[in-house]
Amino acid sequence: MTTTTAPEAPSVLIENLAKAYPGGPTVLEGITTSIARGEFVCILGASGCGKSTLLNVLAQLEPPTTGAIEVPDDGAAFMFQEASLLPWLTARGNVELALRLRGVPARERRQAATELLHLVHLGEAGGKRPHQLSGGMRQRTALARALAQDRELLLMDEPFGALDAITRDLLHDELERVWKATGRTIVFVTHNVREAVRLGQRVLLLSSRPGRIVEQWQVTDSIRNDAAAAAALTRDITDRLRQEISHHA
Amino acid sequence: MPSNPTLLDDQPATGAPPSSPSATTIGDLEAGLDRLQSQGPPARRDLVRSLLPVAAVVALLCVWQILSWAGLKRSDLLPGPLTVAASLADAFADGTLQRAVATSLLRGVSGFAIAILIATPLALLLAQVRTLRAALGPLVSGLQVLPSVAWVPAAIIWFGLTDATVYFVVLMGATPSIVNGLLSGIDQIPPQYRSVGTVLGATRLQHTLLITLPAALPAYLGGLKQGWAFSWRSLMAAEIIAVGGSIGFGLGSMLQQGRDLSSMPLVMAAILAILVVGIVIELLVFSPLERRLLRRRGLLTQGAS
Ligand SMILES: Nc1ncnc2c1ncn2[C@@H]1O[C@H](COP(=O)(O)OP(=O)(O)OP(=O)(O)O)[C@@H](O)[C@H]1O
Ligand SMILES: [Mg+2]
Repeated sequence: MTTTTAPEAPSVLIENLAKAYPGGPTVLEGITTSIARGEFVCILGASGCGKSTLLNVLAQLEPPTTGAIEVPDDGAAFMFQEASLLPWLTARGNVELALRLRGVPARERRQAATELLHLVHLGEAGGKRPHQLSGGMRQRTALARALAQDRELLLMDEPFGALDAITRDLLHDELERVWKATGRTIVFVTHNVREAVRLGQRVLLLSSRPGRIVEQWQVTDSIRNDAAAAAALTRDITDRLRQEISHHA
Repeated sequence: MPSNPTLLDDQPATGAPPSSPSATTIGDLEAGLDRLQSQGPPARRDLVRSLLPVAAVVALLCVWQILSWAGLKRSDLLPGPLTVAASLADAFADGTLQRAVATSLLRGVSGFAIAILIATPLALLLAQVRTLRAALGPLVSGLQVLPSVAWVPAAIIWFGLTDATVYFVVLMGATPSIVNGLLSGIDQIPPQYRSVGTVLGATRLQHTLLITLPAALPAYLGGLKQGWAFSWRSLMAAEIIAVGGSIGFGLGSMLQQGRDLSSMPLVMAAILAILVVGIVIELLVFSPLERRLLRRRGLLTQGAS
């Protein structure tokens, strides 16, 4: 199920996409790629290179300036970079809101929310409000909410950026488990090379100003399961990223 | 890549030292982290703090009594607290006090409720339609500054000495504050919440009801609080000026009656009653609402009142 040889139509198609905010410089330019159904793609790039912008365009929160995108008809589930849980709702309430807006009938919501919270090991904390949760618990709640949307495409914008290493490793395992269990297409933005190699089947490197795809790597299962090979690939990508950044010095 | 072992489900990727058997599951590890990282129940509120205002009132009453005993002014001009209390007791005994409080409260509350019903959709509309906001925004802010007593003469000319005059003045006093409170609340909503609504697939109506209104609630409540204050003040002004006709006897009328009778104890009794009603509403309605609202969102730090 983790092979990338998907003959069917891709989940996401991006063709020659460019994006500039009104009155600002070009943020993204000439982005062309396709993402297969069920693929896990990581997008790497320096801070400010336009990773969030790319996801916002894919989520149709921002219109592309030129070029075209094709995403699943029902849109995408989104896990935001900053804390985006609604503070007036409990963890469960946040998950239930996603279910409600998806049209799940009221009596099924509670059960479904409980199952989703269990999926991210938050069964006990459903009644707590976001400010009572730790950063890791908040991100897991956000993950549960994104899963509650039940869209085929899941966009994740540096979801684990602000977490300590142990929590992050746990969430990596959970995310991988969820991905394998649900077969979703995931686009995962990070500036952490290790994270990208750990999770992605394919890693895209964006340049800065303007953001273009400068290189991409396949992370096969054999690389991922071989610590030395994974470390070597991580080093390769890091070097390339450094090169890209020092380019702007 | 030390965190890249063979990817078996339910095996911790890191954390567990190699010596310990792999008894810790992801669930255990996470439960431990969660316990460490989330906060316990809030501490109990200090009793002394809530007694402080009471002590202040008692101290003020003592100063007042001493001043009146000192006889700096004629006692009919500066009656002591005991005299005023007696006057209040008289008004209570013959039922005028209860009647006045009930009349004023009923008017104040129903006028305020009408103001909420008008102001809330108006604010939502202004927040949605940019041109309307640009056109009417300054006017609403202007009306908020205009003392609502200014409407009393106009209202008397339009509606005569009827309850409609009183309601009109209350409405003009409260509506602008409520509109502005809700508007500023909507302006302050983090754009992130809007994106959340969009991504979750909310329709326009769902956006308004499930995201915008709850997100703007703290500022809305602030506007309501101010709107109530303006309602109550406007109501008193209207009741003082517009006496007679078919207008019922409220606290403002009682105040005016005290003036007509040159009865300083009655005047001060009426002022006290007006003040006490204001404080009681604040303590029983707005303060708990606000506290609960803020605490639920984690915006109230422990110890702050
Ligand atoms: N709403 C906006 N309006 C105008 N400019 C914006 C907006 N959002 C982002 N930008 C600009 O676009 C550029 C890319 O921003 P973006 O948030 O996509 O970067 P990023 O790669 O996600 O960075 P980070 O890793 O720090 O999250 C930045 O220069 C930023 O200033
Ligand atoms: Mg970003």
